Amino acid sequence: MSAPNKSYDPVEVEALKPEEIERMRDEALAAFAAADSLDALQEAKVAHTGGTSPLALANREIGALPPHAKADAGKRVGQARGAVNKGLAARQAELEAERDQRVLVEEAVDVTLPHDRVPAGARHPLTTLSERIEDVFVAMGYEVAEGPEAEAEWFNFDALNIGPDHPARGEADTFFVQGPEGGTESGVVLRTHTSPVQIRSLLDRELPVYVICPGRVYRTDELDATHTPVFHQVELLAVDEGLTMADLKGTLDHMVQSLFGAEMKTRLRPNFFPFTEPSAEMDMLCYVCKGASVGNPDRPCRTCSSEGWIELGGCGMVNPRVLTACGVDPEKYSGFAFGFGIERMLMFRHNVEDMRDMVEGDVRFTRPFGMEI
Amino acid sequence: MRIPLSWLREYVDLPATETGRDVQAKLISAGLEVETVEHLGADLKGPLVVGQVLTIEELEGFKKPIRFCTVDVGRAGGASQVFGSGGGTGEPQEIVCGARNFAVGDKVVVVLPGATLPGGFSISARKTYGKTSHGMICSSDELGMGDDGSHGIIVLPPETEVGKDAIELLELVDEVLDIAVTANRGDCLSIRGVAREAAIAYGLPLRDPALLDVPGPNAFGYPVKVSDPAGCDRFTARTVTGLSPEARSPIWLQRRLQKVGMRPISLAVDVTNYVMMELGQPLHAYDRNLVQGTIGVRRAEEGEKIVTLDGVERKLHAEDLVITDDRGPIGLAGVMGGANTEIADHDASGNGGNATTDVVIEAAHFDQVSVARTARRHKLSSEASRRFERGVDPQAAAAAAQRTVDLLVLLAGGTAEAGVTEVVAPAAPHTVTVAADHPDKVAGVTYGRETVVRRLQEVGCDVYGQDELIVTVPSWRPDLTDPNDLAEEVIRLEGYENLPSTLPRPPAGRGLTARQRLHRRVGRALAGAGYVEAPNYPFVSEQVFDQLGLDADDPARRVVKLVNPLSDEEPALRTSLLPGLLGALRRNDGRGSHDLALFETGLVFQPRDERGVAANLPVDRRPSEADVAALNAALPDQPRHVAVVLAGAREQAGWWGRGRPADWADAVEAARTVAREAGAGLGIRKGQYGPWHPGRCAELTVTVDGAERVIGHAGELHPRVLKTLGLPARSCAMELDLDVLERVGDDTPQAPGISTFPVATQDVALVVDAFVPASDVEAALREGAGALLESIRLFDVYENAEQLGEGRKSLAYALRFRANDRTLTVDEASAAREAAVALAGDRTGAVLRS
Repeated sequence: MSAPNKSYDPVEVEALKPEEIERMRDEALAAFAAADSLDALQEAKVAHTGGTSPLALANREIGALPPHAKADAGKRVGQARGAVNKGLAARQAELEAERDQRVLVEEAVDVTLPHDRVPAGARHPLTTLSERIEDVFVAMGYEVAEGPEAEAEWFNFDALNIGPDHPARGEADTFFVQGPEGGTESGVVLRTHTSPVQIRSLLDRELPVYVICPGRVYRTDELDATHTPVFHQVELLAVDEGLTMADLKGTLDHMVQSLFGAEMKTRLRPNFFPFTEPSAEMDMLCYVCKGASVGNPDRPCRTCSSEGWIELGGCGMVNPRVLTACGVDPEKYSGFAFGFGIERMLMFRHNVEDMRDMVEGDVRFTRPFGMEI
Repeated sequence: MRIPLSWLREYVDLPATETGRDVQAKLISAGLEVETVEHLGADLKGPLVVGQVLTIEELEGFKKPIRFCTVDVGRAGGASQVFGSGGGTGEPQEIVCGARNFAVGDKVVVVLPGATLPGGFSISARKTYGKTSHGMICSSDELGMGDDGSHGIIVLPPETEVGKDAIELLELVDEVLDIAVTANRGDCLSIRGVAREAAIAYGLPLRDPALLDVPGPNAFGYPVKVSDPAGCDRFTARTVTGLSPEARSPIWLQRRLQKVGMRPISLAVDVTNYVMMELGQPLHAYDRNLVQGTIGVRRAEEGEKIVTLDGVERKLHAEDLVITDDRGPIGLAGVMGGANTEIADHDASGNGGNATTDVVIEAAHFDQVSVARTARRHKLSSEASRRFERGVDPQAAAAAAQRTVDLLVLLAGGTAEAGVTEVVAPAAPHTVTVAADHPDKVAGVTYGRETVVRRLQEVGCDVYGQDELIVTVPSWRPDLTDPNDLAEEVIRLEGYENLPSTLPRPPAGRGLTARQRLHRRVGRALAGAGYVEAPNYPFVSEQVFDQLGLDADDPARRVVKLVNPLSDEEPALRTSLLPGLLGALRRNDGRGSHDLALFETGLVFQPRDERGVAANLPVDRRPSEADVAALNAALPDQPRHVAVVLAGAREQAGWWGRGRPADWADAVEAARTVAREAGAGLGIRKGQYGPWHPGRCAELTVTVDGAERVIGHAGELHPRVLKTLGLPARSCAMELDLDVLERVGDDTPQAPGISTFPVATQDVALVVDAFVPASDVEAALREGAGALLESIRLFDVYENAEQLGEGRKSLAYALRFRANDRTLTVDEASAAREAAVALAGDRTGAVLRS
C-alpha cells in the first residue's frame, strides 16, 4: 500500500494522467458489466470502488499535486468516480432485477408442506365456555365468586331453604363425605350445585351483591350418553334494593343475546325450587331454527327437536328465607338467581352428541376448540 | 302424575276441540311441567268388537299349543271377505289363537280383518297353523292398554254385550298428560288438583269431586284412638260390610287405573287407588275381621317390628308413626299397610284364607316431615308417602272416605255402616299477611290490587283488607306460607310470558381476581406450549397410591372418602391430579394417539388433622363468624393443583428432520412455564418422590414467608410405575400446588432499564464434577459477574472422560455484558467474566476448560 504523497512534486503524478483515469474508469465499468451475479458484482465493487481501488488510490495522490493542478485532477477523478458509481448502481439494479426474475423463482419451496412439529394444544371447551359466560357478566359489573367442592351441608342445603326433611333434599342424589373415623355423619357433601357459593357470597361481601359462580358439581348419576356424575354449572346471584323478576328476565335475555346473537330471547315457565320464590324454568329461543321448525315437518330442527325452545335451567327471585339465613333484610333487599349446566349448553351450542366425549379427555375431541370459544 | 284427558274433562268443561297439546301448553304456562302427551290409540282402527267364544278346537303337532276357535261377534261377523266394510252377515268368526287363559263361553275382544292395531299392525284374514284365521283374539298388550296382570288375552265380564264396539267399551282412544309435579304441589298428584289448575287456566268453573254430602261423625263408628295428634291431625274411619267376594272392578275403573299407570289388583284395592288418584287422599282398607280392637295412631316403640304389604319385615324406629290394633303395629302411617290386616280377594283366598267381606276404610292426614322421615328411613317410597311428603288436603279426608264407601257399595254390593269415626285435632286455617302491591314489587309490573285479589281468589284463597291483605290459603295448598308464595301465584296466573325485560344497574365491578386471572393464564400458557386440557373425575381408589409407589406414611395417602361412592373401587377423593391425568393418557394412547401432552388444573382434597362434623346451623338468622369458621374447619383442605403428563414425541419427525421424544426436561419446563405466569421464583433441584424416576426427578420449591417449601415435582416417571399403570415407556409428569405459587407470585413485573449501548459477549466453558447442579454454577457466575451482566445462557453441556477426566463435565455459558451509561471496554467485560469464573470456582470447584 502506498502512502499519500505529502510533498509537492513538480513531476506529474502518473496515476492522475487523464488517460490513466479514463482507463481506470473503463476497467471498472467493464468489470461491472462482466459481473454475472450479485456476488461477482460485490467483488468488482470492492476492487474498483473500495479503499484500495485504483481510483481511490489516485484520489489520494491529488494532495501531492501543486495547487494549480489540484482542481483539474480533482475534477477528472471525481467525474470518473461518479461514472463508476453510476455504472455500479445500474449494474446492481440490473442484477437485482434478474435475481428477482430468476433466482428467487429458483429458490421456491412447496409452501403446502405441513409443519406440525409441535402440535397445537387446547383448553377444554367446558373451561372456555364457562369463561365466555363469566365474561358476559364481568362486563356488566358482576364479579366471579368461587367456593369449595366438598361443602358443608348447611351451605349446600339448609341455608338454601332445603331443610333436612325437604323432599328436594332426598331428590338431590348427593355424594356424602365420610365423617371422622369412617363414620357416615360428617355434615359434608360434594356440592350438588354451585348455589352454596351464593350463600358464601352473601356472607362475605358487602351489599349489593352481583356475582357469577361457575364450578364443578356432583350428583350420583352413572356416566352415560346424557349423564355424568361430575358436571359444571354457572350460577348468578344479584341482591340489591328493588330487584324484580323483570330484571331477571332482562338479564337472561342479555346473556343469550351475548352468546347466541341479537335476535335471541328467553321464556320463563313457572317451576319450583326451594331457594327461589317465585321460581321459573328458563328456555331460550332455539338459536338454529328460531322457532321456525315448530309445526313445520318440512323443516325439522335437530337442536331443539322442533320445539322452538331449548331448556336452559332454573331461575327465580331469591327466597326471602335464604336472605334471612344470610343476615340480609328481606324487607329492604330482594334478589334474583339463575343457574344452568355448562355441559348441556356445550352439547347444543357445539353439537356434542355424547356426554362421555366431554369427560374422557380424548385429545381429538378437545383440540378443535383451541384457546377460546 | 299421569292425567287422562277424558278423566280431566269430567271436572272441567274444556272446549271439545282442545287437544292434549293445547291443554299441555295451557298447563305449562300456568306452571305445571307437562312433560309429554301420550296419544293412546292414535293409530287404532276397527273393527274391534266384543265376541263370545263358541267352540275351541285344540290343534296338535305344533311347537306350542294352538287353539282354533269360533267366536260369535254379533252382526260384525262374516265380514272378512268384505274388506273393511263394517257390517257382516252375523256368522261366527273362525280365529286361531295361541293364548290359553279363556274357555268356551268367555267374552273376549276380537279384532277383525281390515282393522289396524297400535303400532300400525294391520289385520287381515291369513292362513296359519293350517287354518285360516279371520282376525285375532286380543291381549291388553296388543291393544296398548298397559299391564292388566292377566298375561294373556282379555276376558271381559260375562254381562258384556256381544258385538259391542270394544274401542269405546275399553276407552282405547284417549290422551294422557304426564306431569312432573314439583315438590311443593302435592295437590297436583291428583286429577282434582290438575283439574283445578286447568279450570283456572281456561277461566272455567271446576266441578270439585271432593264436594260430597258426608254424614257427620258419630259415636258408633269403628273405634280409633290417636295418641299423637301432632303426627296425625285427622283420622276418618268408615266401615263397609257384605262385599261380594266375586265382585271385580268394572272396565271403566280398570281402564282409568291403567291410564294413570297403576295395575288393577282387586276391587277394594282398586277403589282405594282410584279415589287416591281422583282426590289425592291416600286411603287404606283394612280387613275388618283381621283388625283386633281399637285402631290406634302412635309412635313406634323401639324394637317393634312390622311386616309391610310388600312382604318385608321392618324394624321400627321410635320416631316412626304407626297404626296399631290390640296386637301392635298394623301399618306404617302414611307409607304402607301391614300384611296382617291385608284384604284378600277371591283369587288370593284359595290357600285356606277367606276372601274379605268387611273393610275398615282409613282416610287420615299425617305430618309431612314424619312421613318423609319414615319413608327415607325404611327406603320405602309409596304412592301414599309421595303424597303426604308433598302435602295432602286435610279437608278432603272425609270426602275421600265417603267416595270410597260409595264405590264399594255400588260396585261390590256392600253396605255402608252408619258409624262415622272422625278424630280431628283442632287447627286454625292458615293465613298470610301480604301488602297488596307486593306481587307488583316482586314482578316489576303494576298489576293493581284488584287483579291481585282476583287471582288469589281463583286459587282458592279468602282475601280481606285493602293495602294490607289478609289471605287465608286453601286447605289443599299447604305450600302457600310466605308473601312471595302468594306473589308467585299472581305472577304465574298473569303469565310469566308477560313479564317485561329490564336490566338492573350493578355497581362497577373489579373484574377477575388475581387468582382467577392466573388460572386462565396458566391454561393458556400450557395450551400454547402444546398441552391439551383434560379435566378428570376426582374419584380414586386407595390402591392407586401403591401403584404410584408412595411411601406407607406419605401424607397423600390420607384421603377424604365418600359414604356412597359410585363405584366401591373408587371410594376416595384425589389428593393428586396424576391418577386421573395418567388415566386420560392411557385412554388416549389406547385409542391410537401416542404423542401426548395433557394438562389439568383442579382441586385436590386433603383431610385436616382435626376433623369435626359440620354442624347444622340455624337458618333464621345470619350465622356468627365463629360458626362459619367452624363449618369451614370441618371441610377438607381443597388446594388447586396443576399437573401435566407427557408421552411419545414432544416434537414430531417430519420433512424438516428428526423428531424429539418428550423427556424429563419438558416436564420441568412446564413447571417453569406455570411459575412464569404466576410471576413466582421457582426453585428446581434434584429430588426423589413417589412415582418419579429417582434419577430424573426435580423437586419444585418456592419461598413462602422466608421459608422454603416444596410445592411439587417434575420429571420422568419411574419405569415400575409406568409398567404397573400400563403407560408408555418414558412418560413424564409434573404436578404442583398452584395456590401456593399464586401466593408467592407477583403479577406486576417491573420494567427493566433498556440500555442502547453495545453489548459485549464473552463465552466461558467451565469444568465441574458431574454431580454439581448446573443451577449452582449459573448462580455463582451470575453473582460473581455483578451488575454489568445482562444475561447468561448455558449453551452446551459436554462430558468426555478422556478430555475432562472421569466424573467431570463441561458447561459452556454465553455471558452478555452491557452498561447503561457507556460502551464497555474489552477490559471491563473481561474483568467481570473473570470475577464470575472466580466465584464459580470458589462455590462449585469449577475450573476454566483449557
